[in-house]
Amino acid sequence: MSVKDKVWLWFHRMASPAYFYKLAGQLLPWCIVATIILMLVGLVGGLVFAPADYQQGDGFRIIYVHVPAAWMSMFVYMVMAVNSAIFLIWHIKLSDIVARSSAIIGASFTFLALVTGSIWGKPMWGTWWVWDARLTSELLLLFLYLGYIGLRSAIDDRRVAGKAGSILALVGAINIPIIHYSVVWWNTLHQAPSVSKFDNPSIEINMLVPLLCMAIAFKLFYLCILLINSRSELLEQEKRSNWVKELVTSS
Amino acid sequence: MSPKQKQRLILVSLLVVGLGVGIGLVLMALNENINLFFTPSQVVAGEVPPEQRFRIGGMVTMGSVEKLDGELTVLFKLNDSVKEVQLKYAGILPDLFREGQGIVAEGKLNEEGVFVADQVLAKHDENYMPPEVEHALKTSGGDYYDNEAIE
Repeated sequence: MSVKDKVWLWFHRMASPAYFYKLAGQLLPWCIVATIILMLVGLVGGLVFAPADYQQGDGFRIIYVHVPAAWMSMFVYMVMAVNSAIFLIWHIKLSDIVARSSAIIGASFTFLALVTGSIWGKPMWGTWWVWDARLTSELLLLFLYLGYIGLRSAIDDRRVAGKAGSILALVGAINIPIIHYSVVWWNTLHQAPSVSKFDNPSIEINMLVPLLCMAIAFKLFYLCILLINSRSELLEQEKRSNWVKELVTSS
Repeated sequence: MSPKQKQRLILVSLLVVGLGVGIGLVLMALNENINLFFTPSQVVAGEVPPEQRFRIGGMVTMGSVEKLDGELTVLFKLNDSVKEVQLKYAGILPDLFREGQGIVAEGKLNEEGVFVADQVLAKHDENYMPPEVEHALKTSGGDYYDNEAIE
């Protein structure tokens, strides 16, 4: 079997609700444990062991929540957009479920990023909010998430709701590169990226390591919630199918 | 992939590419309005609409901060390592305000070409390091504060 065939086989297997449901159930406990461990390591490392910043003192430590949340707000949207594209092209129901379950998590991360950013902005910049390109495009992202959730729940027919939502998610995806490059393309109050310059991150290594721990912990946390959400969505959607019946009668 | 799926793939790609180009053009056209502030070079070159409130952003010039006696008023200069503008501000400065710091101020130019600010915000940079490292960098001639090259 060639590599291409294997990839397709995996793709089809993952698309099977029964298989995904089982796999997600097995994966979940590991994810939860890993999330808790990494989050503890990241928080203790960031709040206790990392040195204070030369300019912002201890105030900079909010970075350990703000930056991972902001990364997640964009990452979750990309997951949503890619799954929406897969759903539109191949009509794979599971992709639609992943996109749908991601929206509320993404919206929460965006909200968290905006709130922590605002709390950070007041003591450092001297203002809660300023309409610069980075802050405005991130706020737009929150509205995109909320619009997506609203649009889907306004349409009763699952298939139509999935299609309409997917198109909206794809249209909104254009905002992601704008958010990322906003601080490079335009002059803003928000500072330029520190970490994504991989050749030479402008953050000390003992400040960076807890930040990366937190970033991975946030990703795993998202995965946990996603697995839980999509498992229950799957049961709901497939309630008339044989594998759900077997599942219910066997337990 | 069935022909139908291929067709949908093309449609979805067209949607994303088309939107990307469209939004890109809009943003390029709006470029000036999206920038949060004007640089001192732009202000000196007269690119700023006259008689209007605007924001100016730059580094506080070393040795330019001057507090007027018995008042809250502070005089300082902002530079972008090419040109300089004199600023005047009466109010409470953010904690991060210092010489060499990036600042964004909102206000108006007066007749003498002095920018009278009614809000001053500190723009901190993207460098995070412990104080000892910063000290070492400064004494070894690191260029984190690079504003010596003013005309």
